[in-house]
Amino acid sequence: MTFSQELESRFAKMLDNYPPGRQKGAVIPMLIYAQDEVGAVTPELVQEIAKRLSVKPIEVNEVVEFYSMLHRTPLGKHHIQICTNISCQLTGGDELWQHACKKLGIGHKQVTPDGLFSLEEVECLGACSWAPAIQDGYEYHHHVTPEKLDKLIDDVRQAVKAQ
Amino acid sequence: MENLLQEPHPLETVLISRRFRLENSASLATFLANEGFAGFRKALTMTPDEIIAEVKLSSLRGRGGAGFPAGMKWSFVDRKSPKPKYVVVNADESEPGTCKDRVILQYDPFRLIEGVLIAARAIGSERGWIYIRGEYRYLIEHMNAVIAQAYAAGWLGKDIQGSGMNFDFATQSGAGAYECGEESALLESLEGKRGNPRLKPPFPAQVGAFQCPTVLNNVETYSAAPDVILKGGQYYADLGTPKNGGTRLLCISGHVNRPGVYEVRLGMNMLQAVNALAGGVWKGRKLKAIVPGGSSCPVLKAEECDIPMDYDSLAKAGSMLGSGGMVVLDETTDMVKLLSRIMKFYAHESCGWCIPCREGTTWLKKILARLDDGVGSVSDIDTVDQLAVNMFGHTFCPLGDAAAMPTMAIVRKFRHEFEAKLQSASQAFVPAPGTRSLPIVK
Amino acid sequence: MPDLVQLTINGKAVSAPKGTLVIEAAKQVGIEIPAFCYYEGYSLQAACRMCLVEVEKMPKLMPGCTLPVAEGMVVHTESPKVVDSRKSMLEFLLTNHPLDCPVCDKGGECELQDMTFRYGLGESRFTDIKQHVDEKQWSPLVYFDAPRCILCYRCVRVCEEGMGVQALGIGKRGVATEIIPNAGDHLECDECGNCVDICPVGALTSGTYRYKSRPWEMNYAGTICTHCSDGCKTTLSVRNGAIIRANNRDRSGINGEFLCAKGRFGYDFVHSPERLQTPLIRKDGKLEPASWSEALSLVAARLSELKSRGAKFGVLGSTHTTNEENYYLQKFARTGLGTSNIDHQRTGDVPALLDALSGHENALATVGDLYTAKSVLVISSDLSQQHPLLAFQLRANYRHNRAAVYTVTPGPVRERDYAARSVVVAPGAELDLLPALADELKKHGNLVIVFGPAIKGGAVHSLVAFGDSLGIPVKYICLVSDSNSRGALDMGLLPDLRPGYQAEAQPGLALPEILAAPDLDALWVVGSNPFETAPLASRDCFVVVQDLFLTETAQAADVVLPSASAYEKSGTVTNTAGEVQRLKPGPKVMGAKSDLEILGLIAKEMGLDLGIWSSDKVFEEIRRTVRGYNVALPVIATGGASPTTPVNGHVPASRPDLIQDSGDTLFTSGTLGRYSNVLKSVMEAPGTLYKP
Ligand SMILES: Cc1cc2nc3c(=O)[nH]c(=O)nc-3n(C[C@H](O)[C@H](O)[C@H](O)COP(=O)(O)O)c2cc1C
Ligand code: SF4
Ligand code: FES
Repeated sequence: MTFSQELESRFAKMLDNYPPGRQKGAVIPMLIYAQDEVGAVTPELVQEIAKRLSVKPIEVNEVVEFYSMLHRTPLGKHHIQICTNISCQLTGGDELWQHACKKLGIGHKQVTPDGLFSLEEVECLGACSWAPAIQDGYEYHHHVTPEKLDKLIDDVRQAVKAQ
Repeated sequence: MENLLQEPHPLETVLISRRFRLENSASLATFLANEGFAGFRKALTMTPDEIIAEVKLSSLRGRGGAGFPAGMKWSFVDRKSPKPKYVVVNADESEPGTCKDRVILQYDPFRLIEGVLIAARAIGSERGWIYIRGEYRYLIEHMNAVIAQAYAAGWLGKDIQGSGMNFDFATQSGAGAYECGEESALLESLEGKRGNPRLKPPFPAQVGAFQCPTVLNNVETYSAAPDVILKGGQYYADLGTPKNGGTRLLCISGHVNRPGVYEVRLGMNMLQAVNALAGGVWKGRKLKAIVPGGSSCPVLKAEECDIPMDYDSLAKAGSMLGSGGMVVLDETTDMVKLLSRIMKFYAHESCGWCIPCREGTTWLKKILARLDDGVGSVSDIDTVDQLAVNMFGHTFCPLGDAAAMPTMAIVRKFRHEFEAKLQSASQAFVPAPGTRSLPIVK
Repeated sequence: MPDLVQLTINGKAVSAPKGTLVIEAAKQVGIEIPAFCYYEGYSLQAACRMCLVEVEKMPKLMPGCTLPVAEGMVVHTESPKVVDSRKSMLEFLLTNHPLDCPVCDKGGECELQDMTFRYGLGESRFTDIKQHVDEKQWSPLVYFDAPRCILCYRCVRVCEEGMGVQALGIGKRGVATEIIPNAGDHLECDECGNCVDICPVGALTSGTYRYKSRPWEMNYAGTICTHCSDGCKTTLSVRNGAIIRANNRDRSGINGEFLCAKGRFGYDFVHSPERLQTPLIRKDGKLEPASWSEALSLVAARLSELKSRGAKFGVLGSTHTTNEENYYLQKFARTGLGTSNIDHQRTGDVPALLDALSGHENALATVGDLYTAKSVLVISSDLSQQHPLLAFQLRANYRHNRAAVYTVTPGPVRERDYAARSVVVAPGAELDLLPALADELKKHGNLVIVFGPAIKGGAVHSLVAFGDSLGIPVKYICLVSDSNSRGALDMGLLPDLRPGYQAEAQPGLALPEILAAPDLDALWVVGSNPFETAPLASRDCFVVVQDLFLTETAQAADVVLPSASAYEKSGTVTNTAGEVQRLKPGPKVMGAKSDLEILGLIAKEMGLDLGIWSSDKVFEEIRRTVRGYNVALPVIATGGASPTTPVNGHVPASRPDLIQDSGDTLFTSGTLGRYSNVLKSVMEAPGTLYKP
């Protein structure tokens, strides 16, 4: 498998981060950065990372299955993650979640037919004091209201149409 | 990066946060111009034993949740071991209600590096990692840049500032798992494995990262170290209450007028924090209860909240200071819904290793979701309590306890709300006595 | 003497060596601490929490499976707290369990059932919807039913730690956690089934046994596997005369509960539709069914007639038949027919080893020694493929005792994962490398050298000389291929060596010469298939074949006599390390007779007095007359293994040039394997040697 130059140099740096013979430590960071580029943790990606780290593919699979941010199938271009954990729940997270489902017509871990959006109800994002919070990919949005969410979604749609 | 800060409140004691509001606070230049690395420079003139003694004197306790004395933890590392020693920073910050490590990393990242260097010096370590939850990608990139700068300026790497000390430091990304905040699960994850906790003993101080002696602390704990060294352990200790030294970041969220991250002395009154710092309960409502330090801490009813906020006082009140994630609940809060949401979290985050946690959290989640819908019988309320009792103290790691504690507190303190829900749901489904289980559905 | 620690468990004083786990200390004094995930010999998990006990002065209940004993410790295993916590663990365990015991293979021998019966609550408060996943087939031999799994991780450990395969892992998390196979949706592994065996519940089931029977409907026969020469004990589960399962769940015998794919699943050849069930006689050029009496009389008459003419006989024995059969066959040849033209397909140079060890004390290793030796040197053998039990022992020795393992082989072997050194050399150059290892080998205190068939003749002598030069105690195992290859040698199925390696005064023809003799008058083949590789030269030769199947050789016979497999008869066999163990008959295949009975009946028909043909009587004679075989009867009678004593004297060389590795792997077993549909069905078959 080939990766971008940037990812390759990131990998190369990562491998230096561990004591000799302990490169397996890189499996999670490698997976998550590679996933960003490939779009999902494909079987080929598992094989490739296992090969690069000299571990058995099952050791990589065990990891992939454990971590909630690693996924086997592609998400939407904008992966909207809405926190409904307590601080957000108390300040409107549940309503935001309902609103997003209705607005996008999809549910938990589903992708819109155009592949533009996917939704996930997530656990505490570490934004409790700025709740309710969501993440679009890795980007945080704080104090989100249904209106702000609508704008975010509409802006994306507009931008795509404009292209 | 979006601004997460508000103006400091007069009741705050700004120590850790004292550089936060400087211009370009995260830059090395600002840091150096404002006592940056002064603590570390001082530490370089001290012996490891002196450093540890100072940290012990400060009564700095772990800010990650358990509140273990940091100096003691550092002293457990066998410095004579022929193995390398490691320093690991816990920046997994996943306890619901907690968002303070993020602020430190964003606004004063070099402070953490300074604290880590002090710890490294104290235990004779030449390598360390900061384990950052995967969702904080922006902070991972930010820390990578900060670390690169520190290397370039000779604050990391070989022969740091001509001191002869070497230290390598790198970020490690998580990928979505609360359990990886638990220290031994974090170490597993750092080694490239599933985030299942390890058998203890041995503790990380003996067998930690890559099977070597390791000090592992929370971001905030390390970040306190520079001031402990610079201003002295006694100074730091005096800021707090006996055995509860210093200040800590309090992240207030929920039903308050001014949620945010505030730095307070340990021992500040809890009601004062809500009413003064956070501007009181919102919408003119009354306080119902407080989750003092993250979702795993037992809730305190309003009348129990007039207490000093330090580890020991909260323990006495039957709760915990925990991670500093204080969630304020107003009188309208539906406690059944709240507990149901809390349990959904623990069920989702249970690593699945041991039976009582794996099955207990899910079972509780199912019953609570039902009770929240008014479906069930009064005996279910007792079952909830008993299941929590059956989990408590019986699980492999403290995650099971973290799920059991709030459950016991909420069912016991707010039982009437559970009963009321069942009564108000007129056509409540009540399983016939003797019904063992519903059919299996796929 | 290790430091002893004094403690009390349930008021009983216990003293146990430092480091002992509470669960083991309790066992010593007859107190059971229930456990699922704790499994002796494998890494600690503390996952099931069944073993929680109360320890005075400790704030919480402690897992007895990981808690080491301490001086003055006071443990309670039946206090109300402990009893309650156990009840709750079982209640938790059963919430998502399907409770489909009535249709579960494991019903009746399930640890979850037993624990619930003994310690459980009797009822469950769980009324919600269960987590469900469909059952999956991971290979022809292994099925996984996730809802039944209690996540004790025994399977994962037996595969990774025990087998060194690491084909199982853990997937998902929380309540959805499940065991996952290494190749996505299926397994690529040794197919040993040890995971199925060790599973306490019916989560992992065997492709050959599932849904066939309830455990109490079967009869059990503890016998010895008839495939490779390691001599694993296997318990055959027999119902209505047919084997439907093989395992070694009682952990007896030299293998504990270990079995490989052949031992666990490769019994189906017994009930192959191609099994011969009636004698065949060639009439008008075609083999036609005949009665036993007709066939036996015919053979007896022809042999008697040929014998009276002073005809030239050839007798070829088997590496799967019992010691008694081999002994009786050579006796038949030597005294009954007056010929020493007797041989078998040799697979290792035992005579050379015995000769080289002449004058050595205690120099033959047993399978058990591989677990206790400080160091082991493996030369020219892919143990994991050809001697799975020995490989398992070695791995356990490394795991538990950090034994130093060295391999010198013509290709990479699995042992290299943990070996102190694993060297790949060109075939034939193995011994040249040894001097370089000498200094390292000397360090370890004692050594077992295990060598494959490529080391033979003079090389064996050089090897023993090398061993002698180390100045530490060295023991040896000469590897042979089939279940009784060793017994065939010991019993004198050789033209130049009589039983017990006594020189034959007038050596006869060896196997290739028998086949090549143009003037051979009669050839008697018992349980082997020489024509598969070499034709018979003699045109006018009376050929009698005793076999299970109509092999290439049987097809060319004048009379074919259907014989019973090792699983259908009594007798003894000797494994590659020279340990004697007893067979017990399990199933009965109609129409077949044991080779011993066939030999006896022919002898009787011929009026020869070769002694009574019961295996006990013949074994008595063997014990009396064959060097090294005066083994301990009670040990063997109770299902144990008794090592033969070394010959300790000069043994003449016996044609090392005729030694051939069978080339069998994990999924092949000479002719037997060809009739095992199970072994042929696994995707990994036939397996390659020296695959890492
Ligand atoms: C389930 C669980 C989750 C935890 N999550 C975190 C976390 O996100 N961040 C953290 O600093 N400590 C967390 N902890 C506490 C750590 O195990 C550990 O005690 C802490 O990092 C030690 O640092 P300290 O002494 O500086 O607090 C968690 C503990 C448990 C049991
Ligand atoms: S499949 Fe069986 S052996 Fe494996 S973890 Fe589940 S219950 Fe244990
Ligand atoms: S046997 Fe101790 S936890 Fe399973």
